[in-house]
Amino acid sequence: MIPAAFAYARPTTIDEALQAVASGGEDVKIMAGGQSLIPVMRLRLAAPETVVDLIKVAELRGVREEEDAIVIGAMTTHSDVLSDPLIARYAPLIAEATETVADRQVRHRGTFGGALAHADPAGDLPAVALALDAEFVIAGLAGRRTVPAAEFFVDYLTTALEEGELLVEIRVPKLHGTWGMHYEKFNRVAQAWSIVAVAALVRREGARIAEVRVGLTNMGPTPLRAAGVEAALVDVEATPEAVAAAAAHAAEGTTPSSDLNAQADYREHLAIVLTRRAVTVAAGL
Amino acid sequence: MTQISVRVDGAAYSDDVEPRTLLVHYLREQLGKVGTVVGCDTSNCGACTVHLDGEAVKSCTVLAVQADGSEVTTIEGIASNGTLHPMQKAFHEMHGLQCGFCTPGMIMASIDLVNDNPNPSDDEVREGIEGNLCRCTGYQNIVRAVQQAAAEMSGGSTASETLGAQA
Ligand SMILES: Cc1cc2nc3c(=O)[nH]c(=O)nc-3n(C[C@H](O)[C@H](O)[C@H](O)COP(=O)(O)OP(=O)(O)OC[C@H]3O[C@@H](n4cnc5c(N)ncnc54)[C@H](O)[C@@H]3O)c2cc1C
Ligand code: FES
Ligand code: FES
Repeated sequence: MIPAAFAYARPTTIDEALQAVASGGEDVKIMAGGQSLIPVMRLRLAAPETVVDLIKVAELRGVREEEDAIVIGAMTTHSDVLSDPLIARYAPLIAEATETVADRQVRHRGTFGGALAHADPAGDLPAVALALDAEFVIAGLAGRRTVPAAEFFVDYLTTALEEGELLVEIRVPKLHGTWGMHYEKFNRVAQAWSIVAVAALVRREGARIAEVRVGLTNMGPTPLRAAGVEAALVDVEATPEAVAAAAAHAAEGTTPSSDLNAQADYREHLAIVLTRRAVTVAAGL
Repeated sequence: MTQISVRVDGAAYSDDVEPRTLLVHYLREQLGKVGTVVGCDTSNCGACTVHLDGEAVKSCTVLAVQADGSEVTTIEGIASNGTLHPMQKAFHEMHGLQCGFCTPGMIMASIDLVNDNPNPSDDEVREGIEGNLCRCTGYQNIVRAVQQAAAEMSGGSTASETLGAQA
């Protein structure tokens, strides 16, 4: 189908974009890569009065290094992420998960910020951002604020972004120590969307696991941290048995949905199995 | 209406389009480039794949206004002077199609893949064309075709687009 008619603005700076959003009328949609928004508009599930396209806002694109973090511009495309040296060095988990997102055509247009702002429970990058303790820099006409990942994802397709606000960049703290990372995803072959997926980070100290972080994709309306697993893997000997015992807690406190792809209890089972696999790889076992 | 200037298959166009016009509809209905087809309503099938500034995209999931100032290459622009592009030739020779509906998109996605990875393995071809669905062939001959074309493209072919990208 063809989208309903809309007015189109293509600002070139963040300030112009904020102005365009403010003056766009009742129902304004920000467009990043359009890879979620255009399909939704084609089905007329969204029919905005104005679309503000960020594609020409150069300051929103690219990755830079700061002392204690790497900073990823919201409009950095999935393919840019895959070839970025800073991400490869400091947060390879992001590239590993991005590689599984959609297909090469969609990755050429879709953006890191768009995928996070869209906050689809089956989307791969929210759980990764949550596991990395990323921070979201948000701009509005009144100025900027920074929201931690734990507060950014509010509900199904809902984030801390208020009307008129723009996600500008995502700060990913540099990790200290010896960390291993892995993204383990379960999906149907012809559909890249995760049925369940697990993002794991493990800090090793010699033969011991010092600390673990686990993010869960599609185990509820928002990405979740598997707190039970993390608590069970603080300063323990790095053995397959310890990891398996901890992974058994992966589904605690989750509220997965039942749909055409899987029933909730099957998702709970997947969370446990995939957590064991993800943590095992990230721990180098 | 918004005015756009684009180059499509080497020719320059200046046109007025509605912002809601999808690139694929602009190509087919305004320019008559009906070689690029629409196979779904969900951005899944990849039949509409074209190159936008040298990168494969689904033209049903790009607005025509977003192509303003850009270079678009469709399946109709990859043969040079009547000589098929090596990817077209390989699909023909390896019988990489049956009904042919997915073929324009398959070929455009495969050229993009080989530009990034000149010698893809079986698995890499299958991953590389995961955004393109074929209801007929079972993919086996498509994979063979992409590998044959990859060998020809890296062995110094006469394909204009490939040579252009390498030069
Ligand atoms: C066939 C297909 C398969 C896919 N498979 C997967 C998959 O396996 N895993 C996965 O994670 N994703 C998948 N996706 C989604 C893909 O990752 C999209 O790129 C992503 O969800 C949206 O990114 P975008 O840049 O295209 O955003 P858009 O579609 O442009 O925007 C999405 C939403 O976010 C808002 N938004 C975007 N940027 C900003 C900003 N800077 N500030 C405020 N609001 C903003 C928009 O208003 C809109 O509501 C798939 C998409 C398709 C079409
Ligand atoms: S028509 Fe574009 S992906 Fe199916
Ligand atoms: S040849 Fe018929 S869909 Fe591929």
